Amino acid sequence: MAAAERPPVARPLAAAIRDAAGTGLLALGLSVPILALRLDQNINNEPYLRPRWDYVAIAVGLAFAARLAYLLIWPRLPSRTATTKRQPAGPAAASTRLAQALAVGGLILLVLYPLLALALTGRAGAIKWIDNFGIQIMIYVMLGWGLNIVVGLAGLLDLGYAAFYAVGAYSTALLVHNFGFGFWICLPLAGIFAALWGIMLGFPVLRLRGDYLAIVTLAFGEIIRLVLINWVPVTNGYAGISGIPRPTFFGLPFNDSEQGFAAFFGLEFTPLHRTIFLFYVILALALLTNWVTLRLRRLPVGRAWEALREDEIACRSLGINTTNTKLTAFALGAGFGGFAGSFFAARQGFISPESFTFMESAVVVAIVVLGGMGSQLGVAIAAVAMIGGTEILRELDWLKQVFGRDFEPTQYRMLLFGLAMVVVMIWKPRGLISTRQPSIFLRERRAIHAGLVKEGRG
Amino acid sequence: MEYFFQQLINGVTLGSIYGLIAIGYTMVFGIIGMVNFAHGDVFMLSTFIALIFLMVLTQVLGIGSLAIALFIVLILAMLLTSLWAWAIERLAYRPLRGSFRLAPLISAIGMSIFLSNLVQVTQGPRYKPAPAILGDVITFGDGSGYGVTISHKQLLIVAVTAVLLAGFWYLVQNTTIGRAQRACEQDRRMAALLGVDVDKTIALTFVLGAALAAVAGLLFMIYYGVVHFNDGFVPGVKAFTAAVLGGIGSLPGAVLGGLLIGLIETMWSAYFSIDYKDVATFSILAITLVFLPSGLLGKPEVEKV
Repeated sequence: MAAAERPPVARPLAAAIRDAAGTGLLALGLSVPILALRLDQNINNEPYLRPRWDYVAIAVGLAFAARLAYLLIWPRLPSRTATTKRQPAGPAAASTRLAQALAVGGLILLVLYPLLALALTGRAGAIKWIDNFGIQIMIYVMLGWGLNIVVGLAGLLDLGYAAFYAVGAYSTALLVHNFGFGFWICLPLAGIFAALWGIMLGFPVLRLRGDYLAIVTLAFGEIIRLVLINWVPVTNGYAGISGIPRPTFFGLPFNDSEQGFAAFFGLEFTPLHRTIFLFYVILALALLTNWVTLRLRRLPVGRAWEALREDEIACRSLGINTTNTKLTAFALGAGFGGFAGSFFAARQGFISPESFTFMESAVVVAIVVLGGMGSQLGVAIAAVAMIGGTEILRELDWLKQVFGRDFEPTQYRMLLFGLAMVVVMIWKPRGLISTRQPSIFLRERRAIHAGLVKEGRG
Repeated sequence: MEYFFQQLINGVTLGSIYGLIAIGYTMVFGIIGMVNFAHGDVFMLSTFIALIFLMVLTQVLGIGSLAIALFIVLILAMLLTSLWAWAIERLAYRPLRGSFRLAPLISAIGMSIFLSNLVQVTQGPRYKPAPAILGDVITFGDGSGYGVTISHKQLLIVAVTAVLLAGFWYLVQNTTIGRAQRACEQDRRMAALLGVDVDKTIALTFVLGAALAAVAGLLFMIYYGVVHFNDGFVPGVKAFTAAVLGGIGSLPGAVLGGLLIGLIETMWSAYFSIDYKDVATFSILAITLVFLPSGLLGKPEVEKV
């Protein structure tokens, strides 16, 4: 039934149909009653059940067809395992070069993106494309890269990443309102605060085993959100904090005044300037995250992270201080989350606890997991696909004509993310782009003295 | 004093529900060492299944006797929720046995997100009211002041929990199935060598946990009179806290932990602050894991190299 186990030979048709009928029956059992009967209320607010047996029929039919196809067609396909040879250890030249080309191409595309959007869609359309797509996706790319240090490199599953995002955003908002700081002072402070919170929360719990740690970080995420909701005198509760100033261009605000950016450069005022500027700010922040991560991977601490991910007991026996190593990863990841949060606050101008729920953490975890833990390119591609995909779903009006007027494609987003996480874990547990590239190689075999072999250096 | 006893009764009621869910976490953890993150959402699913069947029986089929209707709902909810748990184990967890460390947990998180959103998509995002049943109360006290009240709902919840736990305890301690389950918990490879079907036993563990969660789901639906697609998350984390507090892997521990969490939550809301009641439980989770990782009744964990 699962994709991982491949039926060895194609079964005879009758047996396959019988097997698929079983799957169909299972689907029937699962979809009754949750799919078949919808709890609804009529005009007098009296609850009643609305039958939807057509949905059940579709679900059962799909399950039957999928299982039948899996049993009959899948074994006849040419086997992949037989044809592809195992990659030799060491840098895989072709795939590395492809990845490099993709990364450079992607970078050039990103830098030119606002101009392309402007050229292709005109001024009115460009704001939507740069803001909803460009900035939105880049925020998640940055969050994904930040979390990738924790999950992908150090192998610590952090389910409360939105908490650090929230710390960054709220630090910015509170610093602005209480001390009158501008965005550019708040940004580094927000990152530092978030990192401090990461150390404070991480220190006691980082000794725990992996799945306990995941649940505790989830609990911390919820605690921080609940405190933000309930500590009304400081955070203004559900109502949130508004009036957070936008970033300025070396002191020049993006407004219609005499001292504004447009007036200074003698341009005609348009809100587009600010949107483009914000895009480049988040692009720079994301690239900074990426650069720091790539650099750190080559340092002893980065190697210790990856060793920790692979085998914690081995690390401990080799004398690596696991708690400190984990703590650096946790704090660094939290710090980048804080930067992203600070940017988020300044871009929206308004923040509320609604933006920092568990689902937010789950989306970022899903991006890292699906993209490939530890792979920077994979995380970026996953963020583009998932966040961009959601935004595109919002745009697809013709779907409403196919599925009826109350069809809302975006509500299927998390459903698909959840399913994708399960499927990827079964099919490719290391993520879609899974490069566990070693950062150090034994380049060649050397003939050494027999005495050294005895010491284990061979 | 009456106020305290009232809170005690409310706490035990809530704690019974948490205890029933916590058993599912603790058994699965005991046998395969995995936090079944989707268990809370299986519980949430069962509240919907129970409500839908209750509506079918009372409104569509018009069964007059509430006791019979509730009994049928209980059986059906246990069966269908178990079927879901079996399918989830088969599709999302079994292929991952022997995969890397975090894979089953990530798969379970994916499943949890999938389940809550499946219910949101198919049933809608609003709170669904359940028919008000068993609303009568028994009042103790002399009529002056508050008096302590126990509603029929609360009696039902505590009674059903006690009966089911007794039956469940018998199943685990005295039957072949239970013996196989405990054998797998102690040493899976040895159990397999001695002829225990390990895959089947693990599947059974999930099914039993889900059946108890379904009981909790029905009781939760009756107690609160409303169900929501997001109700799996917070009760799920609290039940997990109960399992950890009682000592993960220990069945009496799960029940004890459930009762304690129920009492702490109720007392906290009654005497300190209702806004921070979830913060209190979540903090207990962190504190227990850091300072008392083996819980109240659990065995200390030995790390095998």
